[in-house]
Amino acid sequence: MRLRKALVGVLGMTLATTLVACGGGGSSNKSAEPSSPAATPSGQRVDTATAGSVKGMVTLDGTAPKNEGIKMNADPVCVRENKTPQFQETYTVGSDGKSLANVFVYVKDGLGQYVFDTPTEPARIDQKECRYHPHVFGMRVGQPLEILNSDPTLHNIHALPKANSEFNNGQPIQGMKMTHTFDKPEVMVPFKCDVHGWMNAYVGVLPHPYFAVTKDDGKFELGNLPPGTYTVEAWHEKLGATTQSVTLGQKETKEITFSFKPAGPTATD
Amino acid sequence: MMLHRFSQLLVGCTVILILAGSLVTSHDAGLSVPDWPTSYGWNMFTFPPSMWVANILYEHGHRLIASTVGVLAIVLVVWLWIAEPRRWVRWIGATALAAVIAQGILGGLTVLFFLPPAVSTAHAGLAEIFFCLTVAVALFTSPGWIDGYASSGASRPRSVDVDAQLRRAATLTTVLIYSQILVGATMRHTGAGLAIPDFPLMFGGLVPDHWDPKIAVHFAHRVGALVVACAILATAALIRSRARDRAELVRPALLLVALAAIQVTLGALTVLSRRDPWINSVHVVCGAMVLTTSLVLTLRTWRAVGSRLQNLQPMHNLQKTPAPLGVRA
Repeated sequence: MRLRKALVGVLGMTLATTLVACGGGGSSNKSAEPSSPAATPSGQRVDTATAGSVKGMVTLDGTAPKNEGIKMNADPVCVRENKTPQFQETYTVGSDGKSLANVFVYVKDGLGQYVFDTPTEPARIDQKECRYHPHVFGMRVGQPLEILNSDPTLHNIHALPKANSEFNNGQPIQGMKMTHTFDKPEVMVPFKCDVHGWMNAYVGVLPHPYFAVTKDDGKFELGNLPPGTYTVEAWHEKLGATTQSVTLGQKETKEITFSFKPAGPTATD
Repeated sequence: MMLHRFSQLLVGCTVILILAGSLVTSHDAGLSVPDWPTSYGWNMFTFPPSMWVANILYEHGHRLIASTVGVLAIVLVVWLWIAEPRRWVRWIGATALAAVIAQGILGGLTVLFFLPPAVSTAHAGLAEIFFCLTVAVALFTSPGWIDGYASSGASRPRSVDVDAQLRRAATLTTVLIYSQILVGATMRHTGAGLAIPDFPLMFGGLVPDHWDPKIAVHFAHRVGALVVACAILATAALIRSRARDRAELVRPALLLVALAAIQVTLGALTVLSRRDPWINSVHVVCGAMVLTTSLVLTLRTWRAVGSRLQNLQPMHNLQKTPAPLGVRA
């Protein structure tokens, strides 16, 4: 009995820890605005007057593989919530069949000593119609992540980070919310629902605001970047990651293109 | 006799429990109920059935069946303590109860710590030990065991060497089977079930052309299957040649060969079906049945030794012993 109480105590502490700890960004194809870059003794502020941007597009060099179909029969609520056949979002392309969505593009290296305020506005992920919305998104280290269950069925949200702490929380009631904060940068942290095995999502957790997620048009923009030389990475859940080096002058805008082959990533300027 | 029937009921429920547990892993449902001992904050027994959806059905069902088996194990121990004169049988029952309690705690810990392979593998390994203990109690309370298999050739004079050979072969086979199950559990809980994706070849050859830890453990399980199959066939052949008049050995030996053949087939199908959850789970259950069939065979080969030891006990020890090995309760 004492052991059982101790285990319940451990569970309680785990839940409390995870409630205090996670974070997110929207599924925008434009990077978040630097949130009032502030100077600190150990860092440098971004001068928006001289800042430029990196924009571009992510394409698929070949025919997009067919996305896996999803059978939701195991949960009648999920069947009821989805009137049309459901598919995974692994390869989401635009009407041209080339522009690739759900690619996380971010500045991987080159920001040096710049520091940024942590947003207080939470990033959000919703469990709706037995899918995660958004499927791929970015957020900041220390930013709260609001996790919502909009479904009239129960979900567990299970994050499987490597650098941050793993958590697994149940949300059995429609409308339940919780928040979590990631305390270390990590690209990417996968989410899964162990109840509904088809549900998966990915979040990139960064210490800066220079990230974006492509939509169906494959476009992205990393705005308000200070002059410098940067390594920009594009990450896709199946096709892997590829990087490019970009040198940006004052108020300069550079365009780059990432091209993935269905069998594996390649990068071209 | 009622005690024997009840212990058989426990064995049957344990088979169902092992199936339920293997379905949890096969469906990757181990964390679908993220809390323990509660279920989504509810008491396990009041968790609304309307919420037993998708993978929760497997995980929560496993918990409920495990609780039922735990209660049956408590009843068994109480019954043994009241009705069973042989102290060592009572203690085997008590050990089974301790094992199932420890098993429940391991199951909870593996959920709370996100299925660490070491804990999950220990959970699988202890499940087999608990199953063996329940089968042992059922065997020791059976009329055949108590009567000393008098109607078979067990009472016939036989060379001491032959009996020793049978005991060694059967014991070694049981140990090998359990070791093979532990390797299989390690493979399963480290996600190495398809590390070698083809069968019967391995990456198109007789041995893998490249290695990593997952391939190594998968390879070990396949080699283990070969070793265990040889051990089972050797034991069965020995029984056929040296003790074919002992039905209590011949029957489990034949069953063991049949189960081993089914088990190898299921293992192959598990790979070929890309780990179909039901095939994979039945493979786990069949493995447990191979183990316990071999255990029954082994214990029966040791029975005569146990009886002799009982008879050799000094009088003052016998007085403390409620009943010798084969005395009917």
